[in-house]
Amino acid sequence: MERAIVLMGCAIGAGLALIAGIGPGIGEGYAAGKTVESIARQPEMKGELTSTMILGIALSETTGIYGFVTGLLLMFVCPRMFLGML
Amino acid sequence: MEVDIHGAPIYFEIPIFGGIPITGTLVVTWGVMIVLTALCAWMTHGMKVRDISKKQAVAEKIYEMLNNLVRNNMGEKWMGYLPLVTAIFGLSVCSSLSSLLGLWAPTADVNTELAWALVVFILITRHKIKGHGLKGYLKGYLDPIFVMAPFNVLGEIFTPISMAFRHFGNIVSGYVISALIYAALIAANHALFRLLPGLVGSLLAEIPILGVGIPAVFSLYFDWFGSFIQAFIFCMLTMIFISTAED
Repeated sequence: MERAIVLMGCAIGAGLALIAGIGPGIGEGYAAGKTVESIARQPEMKGELTSTMILGIALSETTGIYGFVTGLLLMFVCPRMFLGML
Repeated sequence: MEVDIHGAPIYFEIPIFGGIPITGTLVVTWGVMIVLTALCAWMTHGMKVRDISKKQAVAEKIYEMLNNLVRNNMGEKWMGYLPLVTAIFGLSVCSSLSSLLGLWAPTADVNTELAWALVVFILITRHKIKGHGLKGYLKGYLDPIFVMAPFNVLGEIFTPISMAFRHFGNIVSGYVISALIYAALIAANHALFRLLPGLVGSLLAEIPILGVGIPAVFSLYFDWFGSFIQAFIFCMLTMIFISTAED
């Protein structure tokens, strides 16, 4: 019984951790949209704008990656650790 | 459906201090370092001023690009950091791309990135102490009032951790998603060719036809794009943090 509860908790937690993907999704879409606006206004700046956008997008992706790493820990590390505590 | 997701493989253990494991990370990192050193020695061998060879042109192009990157982001005063940034960039890109050869990518192990980030963290602290003096550096933790000290300490600690986990998370997410896609394609292959009647169907179901070309398309994004971008970002943050530490 305790085993089942521990495994269930870890699985639900991993699922919840990936909700963190929403934030970077919105943020990156916003950054890409703004870049499109800027390129439409000044097409000659395209190269510089694109590289800056990719840098910014990759930086803002970090929060999503934290959620993903937490999910991985909950999937692969925590069950064994918590089951060992029982 | 069988999904094979594992950590760094352990090849053997050195039986001192309770066993030091020699993992795939260590072996592949040393391999990458040897390959990079050999490549540098080969490309810079026999350089000429006039009618240069193709390899010299490539070497000059790469050097020019990295040189401009450091000069634009750090300034003329910090050109001494060109070797560090170049080394981290080359090691990161080659480590991530080693997964294309079917090897274990060292960057999919958090220890690799944590080591690089700690090097950068030590350099940042050194330049902070150099710029403000030891007293000024310690006083910086009490900024703006002394109540903020725990948050300042946390912020300082999280600089290397966030750098390391950003790189690690991106590479390992590519690895996990590639493994999932491959397993799903094999399962789909099984289900699809089972529909064919008789011996032909069961024979074709055993051959992973769907698993041949399609994972390569995803690898284009996760391996090539991801590893270059993450190496670039790691170097970018290194340069920005170090060059702004003194003021």
